[in-house]
Amino acid sequence: MSVTSVLDVKDLTINYDNHPAVDNISFDVKQGDCLGIVGPNGAGKTTLFRAILGLQSYSGNIKLFGFEDSKYDSIIPLIGYVPQKVTFEPNFPATVYDVVSMGLISDKRVVQGVKLIQECDCCWNRIYHSIKKKDDKITQALHTVGLESLRNRRIGELSGGELQRVFIAKALVKDPLLLILDEPVASVDVESQTKFYNVIQRINKENNITIIWSSHDLDAISKYANRVACMNKKLFFHGAKEKFFSDKELLKTYTESSMQIHMHDHKHNMH
Amino acid sequence: MILEALSYTFMQKALVAGIAVGIICSFMGTFLVLRRYSLFGDGIAHVAFGGISVGLFLGIFPLWTAFVVSIIGGLGLQKLRQSTKISGDAAVAVVLSSGFAVGVILVSASGGFSVDLFSFLFGSILLISNEDLIMILAISSGVIITLVVLQKQFLHLTFNEEQAKLGGLKTTLLNYAFVILASITVVTSFRLVGMLLISALVVIPNITAMMFGKGFKKTVGISLTISVFSVITGILVSYYLNVAASGTIVIIAVGILVGTLILKSTGVLRKVDIKTPSKITHNS
Repeated sequence: MSVTSVLDVKDLTINYDNHPAVDNISFDVKQGDCLGIVGPNGAGKTTLFRAILGLQSYSGNIKLFGFEDSKYDSIIPLIGYVPQKVTFEPNFPATVYDVVSMGLISDKRVVQGVKLIQECDCCWNRIYHSIKKKDDKITQALHTVGLESLRNRRIGELSGGELQRVFIAKALVKDPLLLILDEPVASVDVESQTKFYNVIQRINKENNITIIWSSHDLDAISKYANRVACMNKKLFFHGAKEKFFSDKELLKTYTESSMQIHMHDHKHNMH
Repeated sequence: MILEALSYTFMQKALVAGIAVGIICSFMGTFLVLRRYSLFGDGIAHVAFGGISVGLFLGIFPLWTAFVVSIIGGLGLQKLRQSTKISGDAAVAVVLSSGFAVGVILVSASGGFSVDLFSFLFGSILLISNEDLIMILAISSGVIITLVVLQKQFLHLTFNEEQAKLGGLKTTLLNYAFVILASITVVTSFRLVGMLLISALVVIPNITAMMFGKGFKKTVGISLTISVFSVITGILVSYYLNVAASGTIVIIAVGILVGTLILKSTGVLRKVDIKTPSKITHNS
């Protein structure tokens, strides 16, 4: 299988009221990568993800599977995205099964997106199955995240860790080409974190799904990612994780800036 | 006694129309309540009053003008919520009062209409004609079919609009389809309970059904059952007590809500908090 570029970001700048949230960054992600993005709170990680997903205006260039602009709409549904925050009514009458089934997109959309990707130079070789076996797909996604036993449970009755896995199952059910996870374990207990990381590793290795995830957990990044991007509005590093973790100066700078922001947030909250 | 009531044609027509309206109000209401559009029914019904006045003023069949003006009002409401910082309830208040104001001006300008406007305000299900019945059944069938076809899309849109957009749904188009469908539902239904009580049929069966803590399909099923039961018993009880059918239907629906709340507080129903003040935010 040829190694192809899934995401290509070039000279990306995003401003909020003339202040840069993301400042002229460039990087790429190859097929099969598990890219961990680290950076303190307010570093622009979520803004970057929103720009990649077409939810945020920007200057610069973003290519997904070699495509940009008008054909973006056909590609976006083939991406699984688990945002940092999912807000819903506490008594929303939906079961785990209902929510995961929302992730399924129509055959027409899949065919449209895959056709486009196959037409480009990147020689995409994933095979898509029709969504007619909808129930099998949902069961499979729930099995992957270990939630088969909770399929008929109402989502309002789930714990944070269980909810997080429901949203990952929802992202997985459409056989995504790329999975984007925004701080997926921010408020989850340690046991659920381990379960989550095992799921991520399995999805990446066994299903060959490219993953981009943001996290503050350097230990997890060192264990599960193969590439690292370190950003705080600007991109300070992008490359193999071994290189990142062997650069003591960079690690020290990251840890200190992260700590300063943490302390600032803490003081701000106290006042 | 029930057989005696059912032997009258006007009662048969009332029951058939009532069941159709009960179904579309509660089905559409599931999405309206979850999208925090609970007062949308009220707003559109008031706009419909303006539409009826326009029809009567211009000498056009008033229900058609009510449909047109209500759909315009519904789209205006949607636009107001999307493109300004006006909150949902305030936007409903603006549209509601504007529509009603137009109605009041036209009524006063023409020195009062010959048609009994009270029937539009408080409902007149026992006076339904054959033409009304055919129209209600045809429109209700259309609304039900559309809702069944689009229910998954509407559910996703209701759950999280941004996620629905990323899933490839045409959210802007769906939002407009939703508002048009809701406006049609309200105008078709307010002949039953009147514009002042329409929100009850949209909201009460749904918040009652949501207390049962079930998934989407079962919640819709419970809501439909409560709604249809309230309509049938309301019409029959109002016949025997010789009181207004619209008020009786609403009071029965409220009675079921109160009964469910009591069952819940005594632990007979599984405890599910229906009035948690804010939305759940899952910080994944």
